[in-house]
Amino acid sequence: MTKIKEKGMELVFLLAACVSIVAVALICIFLFAKGLPAIGKIGVVKFLTGMDWKPTNQVFGIFSMIVGSIYVTAGALLIGVPIGILSATFLAKFCPSWMYKPLKTGVNLMAGIPSVVYGFFGMCVLVPLSRTLFGGTGNSILTASVLLGMMILPTIIGVSESAIRAVPDYYYKGALALGATHERSVFLTVLPAAKSGILAGVILGVGRAIGETMAVIMVAGNQARIPSAVTDGVRTMTANIVMEMGYATGLHREALIATGVILFVFILLINLLFSVLKRKAVE
Amino acid sequence: MEQILEKGKEPEGKDIVGINQVSFKEKMNSYKKHPGSFVLLLCVCLAMLVTIASLGYLVLYIVVKGVPYLTPSLFAWEYTSDNVSMLPSLINTVLMTLLSLLIAVPIGIFSAIYLVEYAKKGNKIVGIVRVTAETLTGIPSIVYGLFGMLFFVTACKWRLSLLSGAFTLAIMVLPVIMRTTEEALLSVPDSYRQGSLGLGAGKLRTVFRVVLPSAIPGILSGVVLAIGRIVGETAALIYTAGSVAKIPQFSNGAKFLFDSTRTLSVHMYNLSREGLHTNQAYATAVVLMIVVMCMNFLSDLLANKLAKKSGGEK
Repeated sequence: MTKIKEKGMELVFLLAACVSIVAVALICIFLFAKGLPAIGKIGVVKFLTGMDWKPTNQVFGIFSMIVGSIYVTAGALLIGVPIGILSATFLAKFCPSWMYKPLKTGVNLMAGIPSVVYGFFGMCVLVPLSRTLFGGTGNSILTASVLLGMMILPTIIGVSESAIRAVPDYYYKGALALGATHERSVFLTVLPAAKSGILAGVILGVGRAIGETMAVIMVAGNQARIPSAVTDGVRTMTANIVMEMGYATGLHREALIATGVILFVFILLINLLFSVLKRKAVE
Repeated sequence: MEQILEKGKEPEGKDIVGINQVSFKEKMNSYKKHPGSFVLLLCVCLAMLVTIASLGYLVLYIVVKGVPYLTPSLFAWEYTSDNVSMLPSLINTVLMTLLSLLIAVPIGIFSAIYLVEYAKKGNKIVGIVRVTAETLTGIPSIVYGLFGMLFFVTACKWRLSLLSGAFTLAIMVLPVIMRTTEEALLSVPDSYRQGSLGLGAGKLRTVFRVVLPSAIPGILSGVVLAIGRIVGETAALIYTAGSVAKIPQFSNGAKFLFDSTRTLSVHMYNLSREGLHTNQAYATAVVLMIVVMCMNFLSDLLANKLAKKSGGEK
């Protein structure tokens, strides 16, 4: 009897462990099964490189949205990466011990704030600010980049900090003993040694930025065209899905799911890169 | 295991200053000789300042703008387009959270138990589970939303409902619970297991009576973190749970599970998109932020408790 119970429960545990495998499989199957036929119907090249998105005329090209996603993500990185890495360095190597706990709590809090709240903040503060400073409507690549840069900070800080802390202390002490200043030792010996870990953090940040939806919709303007300036509005792939899914039917709906598929492929590639780098960092 | 212990440790001040203690004045003098170092120091401090200032500004701005509008009418029992009451969404959020946890917590804990306690080294399934869990962590919420719409809403014919939303969110938070539980189980010393087995308890009894109880703070911190994510989620819910702001009717038995519901963050999104009730949106943001902040603090607290406990036993 006990033996049956033991074996039975082991099976239950095994089944539970398989749930996440099943979930990933289901997500892949359903997205690809519903999205790929639409890409086939529209034509791969036409879908990926088409400049126009006109659902009423059955013209579906998501090139401008891929570009939009890339621009906004790149902008977020320009702002988030330097600040994030330097903040992580501060937390790991410069921070007085009494200050560490409140700062770390603050960074964790930043990660916890819901994206709608970020988006609302962007809508009420950053958009008017950008309107007065740079003209235009204020709903722009610039605003979205600043907001996303803020949102990916905690991700980059968290991963970079643990990467910096993982560097053996004798790197730092050796440099000090050779007469380097504290800053020089940290920046020229510790940071280079932590670089693959830091890069993993940056890539995780890319994943967050490219997949972010609600905050971007609220500040990016959402015009489906190739932007010509940083104060122009853009539409990202995520925004496209959320904005039109509510009323889309037929091929339009399938094209939106196909947009999700392209996004999903992007994310899978980023994840792959992240896990490769993380493995490298551990070695 | 050592990594977990490291997390709980606070950085020691003397390591940061260096081997030779120098006074502030000497330090400033040495910066004269090394202007580059001084610039780096400034950059680092400035970056941290920007980070904390942006957080502080966001929180203060929303609190200052929102708190004056936290009026009783905002918590009215019925939602109308005039009072834009958040109470129905608040109740729906609680229901959604409970339901998602009900699905995700047992599965998450059981799979962590399998990974830590049962799987043998080099087991192929373990590798696959780890990779898939990592993949799930990286998937953006809108993709979960799409999947939920295709699978639960359409294929399972559950329509836009509490149930569809809860299942979608359960998959989303599953890796969070799995990972934290795994870490918590790993931090339970092996001597506990050996002691229990040595006293003649079976494997199952050891896991449930000895290992799990001592890992509870860690598991709870994962659960609380998951609650924070569920409460803050919007994109995954719009097309799985819909946006009907009504308190579910419990009188019809389990039927309320199939009603469309609007959680607090979806409510917040709708308010800010309509643009008619900006002040009320601020107030809603305050409530949302406070809930999520409390969850985060609680999670930190529990994780620290676990770290201290396992640190003390060494």
